[in-house]
Amino acid sequence: MKLNSIKAWLRQASFYAEEAYNAPYRSAIARAKREQDDLFMLLIFSEMMGVPNPASYYTLELQPVLMERFHDWHTRMGMEHSPLDNIKCC
Amino acid sequence: MNAIFLMLMGLGAMALGYFVYSKFICEKIFKVSPHFRTPAHEMQDGIDYVPTNKYILWGHHFTSVAGAAPIIGPAIAVIWGWVPAFLWVVFGTIFFAGVHDAGAIWASARNKAKSIGSLTGDIVGNRARSIFMIVIFLVLLMVNAVFAVVIAGQLINFPSATLPVWGAIVVALIIGQLIYRKLINLLMVTIIGVVALYAMIYAGPMLPLALPETLGPLSDNQSWIIILFGYAAIASLLPVWMLLQPRDYINGIQLFIGLILLYGAVLISGPELVAPAFNTDLPENTPSMIPLLFVTIACGAISGFHGLVSSGTTSKQLDKEPDVRFVGYFGAVGEGSLALAAIIAATAGFASLADWQAIYHSFGQGGVSAFINGGANILQQGVGLDTVLAQTLLTVMVVLFAGTTMDTGLRLQRYIFQEWGHIYNIGWMQKAAPATMLAVATCLLLAFGAGGDGSGGMLIWPLFGTTNQLLAGLTLLVITVMLVKKRRPMWYTLGPLVFLLVMTTLALLTQLKSFYDKGDWFLFTLDLVVLAAAILVSLECTSTLTKQIKANKASPATDET
Repeated sequence: MKLNSIKAWLRQASFYAEEAYNAPYRSAIARAKREQDDLFMLLIFSEMMGVPNPASYYTLELQPVLMERFHDWHTRMGMEHSPLDNIKCC
Repeated sequence: MNAIFLMLMGLGAMALGYFVYSKFICEKIFKVSPHFRTPAHEMQDGIDYVPTNKYILWGHHFTSVAGAAPIIGPAIAVIWGWVPAFLWVVFGTIFFAGVHDAGAIWASARNKAKSIGSLTGDIVGNRARSIFMIVIFLVLLMVNAVFAVVIAGQLINFPSATLPVWGAIVVALIIGQLIYRKLINLLMVTIIGVVALYAMIYAGPMLPLALPETLGPLSDNQSWIIILFGYAAIASLLPVWMLLQPRDYINGIQLFIGLILLYGAVLISGPELVAPAFNTDLPENTPSMIPLLFVTIACGAISGFHGLVSSGTTSKQLDKEPDVRFVGYFGAVGEGSLALAAIIAATAGFASLADWQAIYHSFGQGGVSAFINGGANILQQGVGLDTVLAQTLLTVMVVLFAGTTMDTGLRLQRYIFQEWGHIYNIGWMQKAAPATMLAVATCLLLAFGAGGDGSGGMLIWPLFGTTNQLLAGLTLLVITVMLVKKRRPMWYTLGPLVFLLVMTTLALLTQLKSFYDKGDWFLFTLDLVVLAAAILVSLECTSTLTKQIKANKASPATDET
C-alpha cells in the first residue's frame, strides 16, 4: 500500500517535471520538427512537381503513407488547392 | 524595525490583493467565464495552442517574467529608504502589476491569443502599433546592455562565482543532450543537474577565477562584456533544446530554492533593518525620489515586459479563462515577493547604518552588490552558510537570470531585425547570423557609448525603467479601450495608466536635464527618443479613449458581451 502511494507520487512528480521542462519550448521544437517534415514531404512528392529524384522508386512507396498529411502540407505552403494533377485532395 | 515584520506585512498585503482584489477584478471587471472557449481549445494545434494545466502555466509564466530586474531595481531604489521602495513594490504589485498581467492574458485570450503588439494595431490603431515596435526594440536593447554590464561587474566583484556560472552552461548542455536523446528520465536528470550546480557553487570559492586586469587595450570589465555578448550571440543561434531549454529549467528550480532559502533565513535570524525608513542624508547627485522611484523599480511593481510574455505565449496555452487570475495575478505576486526579498536583503543584511551608507555612497551604487552582500549576511546568520559561499550562491542566481534574459532578448532583437529585413526588402538582414551580429553591435554601442569603460550600463537603468513603463502603459491602454468598448468601469486600468504616463514623462524630463548638465549627448538623444514615444503614447491614449467614449454615447447601450 505504502509502496504504491510512493509510486503514484513519483509518477505525479515526474509528470509535473516533464511538463515544466517541455511546456515552455513545445512550440519552438514542434515548429522545427514541422519544418523538417515539410522538407521531407517535398522530397517525397518532388518527382510529381518536375524535380528529378533518383530515389523515386522508394519515395513512391511512401506516398500513400504520407497522403494523410498532404492536404495540410500544401495549404501550409500557400497553395489553396492541390498542386498536383493526379492527386486531388480538395 | 525587524525584517520579519516587514516580510509578513508585505506578503500578507499581496496575499490579500490576490484573494480579494484580483477576485473582484477578474469576476466583476473582466467577467471571466469558465464557459468561454479559450484559443488553446479553439485553435488547438499541438504547437502553439496547447491547453496547459494552470500550475504548470503559472510556473512557466513566472519563471519567464522573473529575472534579474526585480532584484536590481529595488536594490538601487532603497537609497531613498526602505519605506518608499516597500510601498511601491507592494501597492504596485496589488493595483498595477497584477491587473496589468492578468489583463494582458485576458485581452489576448479574448482576441484569438494575438500578441499585444498586433492588438494595439487592431484596437487602438496602426500608429500606436509602430510606436509599440520601437518601444519594444528600445527595451530589448537597453535590457541587454544593462545586464551585460551587471554580469561583468558581479564576475569581477565575486570571482568565486566565475566557475559555477560558466559551469552551469556546461551542465545545461549535457542535460540537453541527455534528455534530447532520451538517455535517462527527467526526474533523475533534475537531481543530477541541481546537485552538479550546487557542487560547483560549493567549489567556486576554492577556485576563484578572474580575468587579467588588462587584456590588450581592454580592461577586465570591457573584456567580460565582450565575452558575454559573444556567448549570448552563439546561445541565441543554437536550437532551443540544446541550451536554452535545460538552462531555463535549472534556473527555475534555482529561483525557488533561492527564494525559500532567503525567506527562511530571514525568518530564522530575524535581522533588523539598518537602513533608514526615509533617507534624509542622501548622497550628492541623487535625483528626486518622485518621479525616479517609479521608474527605478519597474519589474516587481509593474513591468511592460510581462505583457509581451502574457500575450505572446501564455494566452495561447490558457486552459480555462478563470485561470488568468492564478497565472497572471499570482505570477505578479511571485515577482513582487522576489522584489520584497531584494529590499530586505539590501536593507537588513548589514551590521550597521555606517556599513550600509558606505555601500550606498552614490546613486546607482549598491544595487546588485548590495543585494548579494546583504543577502549573504542574512543567509550566514539564518542558515549558517559560509559568507563567501552564500555570496557565490546569490551571485550565480543573479547572473544566471540576467544571462537567460540576455540571450532571449538577443533572440527577440534578431527577430525584429529579420522582420525589418522583410519589410524593407533587405536580403542579408533576413538571415539569422547577420541579424544577430547587428543586434550585438547595437547593444555594444549602447554599453560602451553610455560610458567609455563599459560601466555606462547603470546610467541607462532608469531609462530602461521608463521605456518598460511605457510598454506597460500601451498594454493598459489596450485593456482600457477593450473595457470601454464593453461598457465596463475603466478606472481600475485607467488610473494606473495615467499614473504611469505622468511619472514616466516626469522622470524622462528629469533625466533629460541631468544628461544635458553632464553634456552626455548620447544618452540625451536616447532620452529624447523615449520622451517622444511617451508623448505620442499619451496623445494616442487621449484621442482613442475620447473617440470611444463619444461613440458609446452616440449609440444606445447594448448588451455586454
